[in-house]
Amino acid sequence: MVKLPIYMDNHATTPVDPRVLDAMLPYFSQKFGNAASRNHSFGWEAEEAVDKARNQIASVINAKSKEIIFTSGATESDNLAIKGVIEFYKDKGNHIITCVTEHKAVLDSCRTLERNGKATVTYLPVDKYGMVDPDAVRAAITDKTVLITLMYANNEIGTIHPVAEIGRIAREKGIVFHCDAVQAVGKIPVDVEHDGIDLLSMSAHKIYGPKGVGAIYVRSKGPRVRITPQMDGGGHERGMRSGTLNVTGIVGLGKACEIAQAEMAEETRRMLNLRNKLQAGIFERLDEVYLNGHPTERLPGNLNLSFAYVEGESLLMGISDIAVSSGSACTSATLEPSYVIRALGVDEELAHSSIRFGLGRFNTEDEVGFVTDRVTKEVKRLREMSPLYEMAREGIDLKSVQWKTE
Amino acid sequence: MAYSEKVIEHYTNPRNVGSFAKSEENVGTGVVGAPECGDVMKLQLKINPENGVIEDAKFKTFGCGSAIASSSYVTELVKGKHIEEAMTIKNTVIVKELNLPPVKIHCSVLAEDAIKAAITDWKSHQAPASTAEPKKAREG
Repeated sequence: MVKLPIYMDNHATTPVDPRVLDAMLPYFSQKFGNAASRNHSFGWEAEEAVDKARNQIASVINAKSKEIIFTSGATESDNLAIKGVIEFYKDKGNHIITCVTEHKAVLDSCRTLERNGKATVTYLPVDKYGMVDPDAVRAAITDKTVLITLMYANNEIGTIHPVAEIGRIAREKGIVFHCDAVQAVGKIPVDVEHDGIDLLSMSAHKIYGPKGVGAIYVRSKGPRVRITPQMDGGGHERGMRSGTLNVTGIVGLGKACEIAQAEMAEETRRMLNLRNKLQAGIFERLDEVYLNGHPTERLPGNLNLSFAYVEGESLLMGISDIAVSSGSACTSATLEPSYVIRALGVDEELAHSSIRFGLGRFNTEDEVGFVTDRVTKEVKRLREMSPLYEMAREGIDLKSVQWKTE
Repeated sequence: MAYSEKVIEHYTNPRNVGSFAKSEENVGTGVVGAPECGDVMKLQLKINPENGVIEDAKFKTFGCGSAIASSSYVTELVKGKHIEEAMTIKNTVIVKELNLPPVKIHCSVLAEDAIKAAITDWKSHQAPASTAEPKKAREG
């Protein structure tokens, strides 16, 4: 028997792994020192823990430990990377290349810079799988381009971009390459050397660590990359990010990276098995289900499906003991369906019908079986209730209908 | 977002789901909304041509839980009412009954529109009652 509710929204956040929690606990009340206290054992103890975490984190992305700068999370890392580069390299240029399916932390950082007249931005489109074309990146480069910022893997549809190819282009042209790798680090191999990444954002809570802590990798050599700090203070983190270090959180992030790295191969096998079962089970029992995202270049735990003729939020309501997420307009405050799904060029109604299943470390085969049954049953029920399904069955082309809207 | 108990109740046990057989007479059909907006409601009313009373109602809805609940509630609300009375039903009645939050008010507006569209459709078939024209297709 499965225990309800089932959590299958691991792109949103993940539970803290008990091993991570155990590693963190001593740093709350016993080893509570400030890592910047240089003259007593409490400070040394904390510093030692931070150093260890820095090594664990650097290792999972093949960086050097001094290249890891701690932040409050990936949103801060993205802001620091984008605004920090634009400010530091303002004499060199002001043009940014990014893409339409980026996370809001990237898109809105770019928009703020545009609005303030500090940057011009090219937002590249994606193909029907959500992938950006490296040739389009190359074509968008101008003599003013100072930053390319592209995510490693998309948080909604799981599509993995050709990062190494884009990294090569950036290096060749002498442009800083920032990569928001929140969904990729610890899940798939990420190597800042092989991938040519200069700045990389990551977060603890997506990899079974605590919320409120993240990091940014800043390349120190070949070439050395500089960013202007966005917060003034005690000059922590080699001057790039002031503020007393969140030692417990950092210890958690470090441990989470260590586990992810050690278990990546095994976990990937397990995730793929679960995801393929879920996908096959649903496709076997339902017609007119569409996969959003790339069929193969996709995060192992990601499955994003559109169930034609069924609105996403109503489906979520019907499977309320399963935590998944929807690209439906009704789940967002803006009443707009997901901009990521729409960027794929799929029909608007299919954007309203999309559900993201985010499998994670603690999901089981029994849970996948339960979810398959529940989703199938609910989609069938809602289709019986759907005028669109009825019309489609009658052979009416929904695109030819003149809809009465205000 | 938490749903009100009444929305959940209607969503779980929707009233009067379905469509009338194409051969049924005296049925007015209203289809409102659009798939790209994420809401389409089809409301059908069976209206007695003798006295203008709504005798039966059926719906099908593509939309969020609140849209389904709004249309389900409306089928109950209009039954037994005269069409002129049904034409005066305001969306606020639906908002109040289902405790819809502000972001879901558009669902109630759509349900109100569906009533009006169904009755208007029925009237359009009744007007030239003397001429025995074949009935127009009602979909769309």
